[in-house]
Amino acid sequence: MSETTAKQVLFEPIFSNNPIALQILGICSALAVTTSMELSVVMGLAVCIVTALSNFAVSLIRSQIPSSIRIIVQMTIIATLVIVVDQVLRAYAYEISKQLSVFVGLIITNCIVMGRAEAFAMQNSPGMSFIDGIGNGLGYAVILVFVAFFRELLGSGKLFGIEILATVNDGGWYVPNGMLLLPPSAFFIIGLFIWALRGWKKEQVEAPDYKMSAHSVKEAF
Amino acid sequence: MSSKETMGKTLTVAFLLCVVCSIIVAGSVVALKPIQQANKALNLKANILAAAGLLKAGASKEEIEQGFSSIEPRLVDLDTGLYVEPSVVGKDAALAYDQRRAAKDPKLSQSIVGSEDIAGIKRRVNVAKVYLVKNGESVETIILPVSGYGLWSTLHGFLALENDANTVVGFGFYEHAETPGLGGEVDNPNWKGLWPGKKVYDLDKGDEPKLEVVKGSVDRSRDDADYKVDGLSGATLTSRGVSNLIQYWTGEHGFQKFLNRLRKEA
Repeated sequence: MSETTAKQVLFEPIFSNNPIALQILGICSALAVTTSMELSVVMGLAVCIVTALSNFAVSLIRSQIPSSIRIIVQMTIIATLVIVVDQVLRAYAYEISKQLSVFVGLIITNCIVMGRAEAFAMQNSPGMSFIDGIGNGLGYAVILVFVAFFRELLGSGKLFGIEILATVNDGGWYVPNGMLLLPPSAFFIIGLFIWALRGWKKEQVEAPDYKMSAHSVKEAF
Repeated sequence: MSSKETMGKTLTVAFLLCVVCSIIVAGSVVALKPIQQANKALNLKANILAAAGLLKAGASKEEIEQGFSSIEPRLVDLDTGLYVEPSVVGKDAALAYDQRRAAKDPKLSQSIVGSEDIAGIKRRVNVAKVYLVKNGESVETIILPVSGYGLWSTLHGFLALENDANTVVGFGFYEHAETPGLGGEVDNPNWKGLWPGKKVYDLDKGDEPKLEVVKGSVDRSRDDADYKVDGLSGATLTSRGVSNLIQYWTGEHGFQKFLNRLRKEA
């Protein structure tokens, strides 16, 4: 840990230590908001800002936080930031905030934010924690955008609301795959993503929890 | 593990943190409120236009304001069905009247007896604000505000009728908190597309409201298919709420008298 540089802290979470792909955190919102690119980008950005600022704030007062109430202190800071982000979205991106509905508020319960506050910000300097927050937010956003790319393109033939594949309903040729607009499809895509990532970075493959014993041949019949 | 683990320290940190956080939250809410309210007002206008089928996709703020300028708000006494002057509710103009606020004011609303309260709204305004789309002097579209309880929340929306005060032009909600993906599908354009052309009353058989949301899909070969709309799958209670609120607001405690009067005059 002592040797980590800012660059590592920023880029490690994107592929090597991705919060969704490796730690499998923050899945619920990843299923909900990835029906369109626009929502995913805004959501990714919101999580990025919240994680970065909450990490920064927690790290700033880390030497003052009594360990008996540290979780609730982190929670309060995160909740405050999420409310501010929600209010800003409602003021400046009304349509998007309506579509994201409860999921902005649910950033509070996103395990990534809390996980980074507890695991990183409590031990590191404010500057590093801020960068770590950005990195993990980006790691989350990358997956969101990746999933949304397939879901929006194949599910509604669009990217960022711009038509790419002309759908049958609009007189084109493409029959949209409705399943991709439903939450389970995000599971499949995230699963495939994790598979591909672990194929590329072998060290992420988890050691098996137990070993199957070999077939034994019974001789006495 | 020294001084920062004492009781005093714990209380001080907790107290200071709460103060700082509440100032930040309160500050952001207060500072951003005007912009949020402007957004809400614009959204309301866009929804009125959308119910009347006058909203183009991706309309800008100016286009919405311009489209809305051709719509005339009028106040209607629900008990008599007659238009009333804004002075009755203590306002200078019909547009300034806030029906949802009035529904909470004992002077401007009345409580509904439980058995009659099928929409689950508890209080009903005496005077409702309707919007008329006019072509010269004649009314083309009548836009009625409707509200009622779904599964989790009160849904607020608009029902637009043709000038026969019977045929639906459009229907939609501008505010609700139903489950996204289930009850929240009341916002689905495909479902909203089922409403235009439906009829509220079977005028040969009187003026009881007939329009309802059914469970499952409507048998289109039957005569009464015009009075039924497909339910939302996975959202039985929201569908029932929508059905009830339509029944309530087009019924005798809602706009029935007003619509009867318009039909007679037309």
